[in-house]
Amino acid sequence: MHKLSTIKTTASSRDQTRADLLFRGFTALCAIGLILIVVGIFIELLMNSWPAIKKFGLSFLVSQKWNPVPGIEEFGALSSIFGTLATTAIAMLIATPMSLVIAIFLVELAPPRMAGIVGGAIELLAAVPSIIYGMWGLFVFAPFMQDHIQPFLGEVIGGPLFEGPPMGIGILTAGIILALMILPFITAVARDVFLMIPNVVKEASHGMGATTWEVTYKVVWPYCIHGIVGALFLGLGRAIGETMAITFVIGNDHSISASVFSAGTSIASTLANEFTEASEPIYLSALFELGLVLFGLTVVFQIVAQLWLRRLRKSTGGRA
Amino acid sequence: MMMPAEKSDNLFCSLAGLVDERKTSTTVDSDPSKQAVKISVRNLNFFYGHHQALFDNTIDLFANQVTAIIGPSGCGKSTHIRTYNRIFELYRNQKAQGQILLDGEDVLSPEMNLIDLRKRVGMIFQKPSPFPMTIFENVAYGLRLHYRIGRNELADRVEMALKRSALWDEVQDKLDRPGTELSGGQQQRLCIARAIAVEPEVLLMDEPSSAIDPVATAKIEDLIEALKEKYTIVLVTHNMQQAARVSDYTAFFYNGSIVEFGRTEQIFKKPAMKQTEDYITGRFG
Repeated sequence: MHKLSTIKTTASSRDQTRADLLFRGFTALCAIGLILIVVGIFIELLMNSWPAIKKFGLSFLVSQKWNPVPGIEEFGALSSIFGTLATTAIAMLIATPMSLVIAIFLVELAPPRMAGIVGGAIELLAAVPSIIYGMWGLFVFAPFMQDHIQPFLGEVIGGPLFEGPPMGIGILTAGIILALMILPFITAVARDVFLMIPNVVKEASHGMGATTWEVTYKVVWPYCIHGIVGALFLGLGRAIGETMAITFVIGNDHSISASVFSAGTSIASTLANEFTEASEPIYLSALFELGLVLFGLTVVFQIVAQLWLRRLRKSTGGRA
Repeated sequence: MMMPAEKSDNLFCSLAGLVDERKTSTTVDSDPSKQAVKISVRNLNFFYGHHQALFDNTIDLFANQVTAIIGPSGCGKSTHIRTYNRIFELYRNQKAQGQILLDGEDVLSPEMNLIDLRKRVGMIFQKPSPFPMTIFENVAYGLRLHYRIGRNELADRVEMALKRSALWDEVQDKLDRPGTELSGGQQQRLCIARAIAVEPEVLLMDEPSSAIDPVATAKIEDLIEALKEKYTIVLVTHNMQQAARVSDYTAFFYNGSIVEFGRTEQIFKKPAMKQTEDYITGRFG
């Protein structure tokens, strides 16, 4: 049998304040490390793109010339920026309403078993590697677009937005694939946000004689908007930097066209395609500057998101 | 909870005293048969899935009276009143059987219009539940749902509701501030204002003061006293002093059954059932 007195107390070797100090120091180090990495990436991008910045100046941002022929190189990021923003915009336009509707359905309306199955499928969708989306997009979805969707849009709506030969690939196809890719992320986060609303608030609203739609629109929505905006920016962040899937279906053409049927390029897909070909230092530097632009774009979106949220919080009060 | 006999007797006396004190200031018709029945519950049974939570509840609630529902935690007090506006239907697996007549109309009937029912039967919850909008919009919420009215009338009605819930003086300068900025007690009165703004007939209060401080509780109790002039009030509480102070009738629930129902005076002074006496004297619960 053990006697208590034979067990040595560990108190002398465990110094409370020192342990706490160590733990705090460790966590702080990790946090600071994160900041250092971000700053490091920025500096690296800036240094590597410096030759291109010096050579092309501001015209890099507004020119859509992209000529990598040695000796007469000229680089402008506009077509890539345009492609990035256009595909992201299309993706958000499609994914936002769809994922919010799905999330509300899962939380408020679906029977529990169905919510479980659909929820699982959505999480699975998020786990599919982007290269698979790219391959599926190129070999399955693009032909479908070419045969059915594009001719239909061209005939029924038409106009400058939907004109040109249906090639299958292009800005629109890339945007739709992107939408599919970010949909599960937005849905999953939005669902968790909706689940966080206290039951009593929903009950109180139903108790006033509101319909489910009125409860959702008037009470759940303002309650959740903070989290929803967060979910949307998570999706946006993914869409803006998505590379592989886009590279497969966007067409990789440095041009800007009003029609969403035409091929284009995005910053990420340009980088993925051309790093291996960039033999000249200035070409490489121009690609780095593209990377810097992408970095800048995401930072700007983050800042806009934060400012917008701050304003929202003021108007709906504390919780939102 | 067991208490020394001496102490529990004191509590019993003080509760009875509370009833006495109040009866001298308010005169209530003491003959129940003369009062109009607002809600009539017959053989109400309630199920959470396969678990039965209420057993053959039968009770009549009188118009313009405060009926307190007391009993130990988990005895079905809240479950019982949550059938009156069918709010339980938000949850799967919950179902009620029996009859609840609101002015003779069957509340549980599929033909009952839920929206209309919930306009007539307002509810105040244990936890203050302001909506994420301004103070004004919180009160206007139900008005906008149920009425098509102009801006001026809306403002008038919001003001009236806030005055009746004794909150107007505290918020009239900050109607455009978020409702969530108010203190807990103010939030609860805001919820009362929101509920009475649509002119309900019945107010269900589910432990409305259990999450707020004593001063705010006193205000809510004064309010209940004033509101019964217009509304039939059902008050779930596990604060027996509160039941004694504000209610005209008291129902004692135990394990999903109504053990005793009668005038508050009688329940607290001369309970007919041993169980009731044991509970209000603090011998268990």
